[in-house]
Amino acid sequence: MIELTQDTIDVSAVLRTASSPRAGAVVLFLGTVREETDGRRTTSLTYECYAEMAKRALADLEAEAVQRWSLSGCAIVHRLGHLAVGEISVAIAASAAHREAAFEAARWLIDRIKQVVPIWKQEHWADGASEWVHPAVDADAAAEEP
Amino acid sequence: MNVRVRLFAAVRQAAGRDAIDLELPDRATVADLRDRLAIEIPAAAGLMRQMLFAIDAQYVPLDTPLRPDAEVACIPPVSGG
Repeated sequence: MIELTQDTIDVSAVLRTASSPRAGAVVLFLGTVREETDGRRTTSLTYECYAEMAKRALADLEAEAVQRWSLSGCAIVHRLGHLAVGEISVAIAASAAHREAAFEAARWLIDRIKQVVPIWKQEHWADGASEWVHPAVDADAAAEEP
Repeated sequence: MNVRVRLFAAVRQAAGRDAIDLELPDRATVADLRDRLAIEIPAAAGLMRQMLFAIDAQYVPLDTPLRPDAEVACIPPVSGG
């Protein structure tokens, strides 16, 4: 199950969706809004996405995880809009016959989401500044030049 | 041909709008479109080498030819999760 939502993520619903009688393990990963990054204080985040592509990319990742780890259930919900510190930005649940597969699949899914799914966050810092987070741009841009 | 490009996050903010229409030669590729975006949105020119591009919601290589009816999107480095 894939969902992009402006509303608070219902973690129980995510777990229910991923549950299965075939499962011996369910792993739930939650991403939450952190108060401090590199010594700088965050008051809130705004998430935006390219919805059509993000849904498709999430569905592709889910399908790949289900096949690769023989998951019995999988659910991914990503929050959009304005989030306060401590709120849940993403929930991933993966269930499998045995715990190793469920742990590995959940870990792989959050790593891949951070690499390929077109969702962006904007930090609102306590000092009043706001900036979009574009990881490769934050690194030494010259290294990317051919 | 006329191509509409959807913009997101820092590039959308730099452009002050969420899409831009570009008039490009008929044989133009995604790389040509990227070069034009750097000119049209000077505030985002420094970011352009980091951009990926999607056509009809799929990432495509820079040498991909454009079609006038395609939905093109400029995808800055992602930061979801």
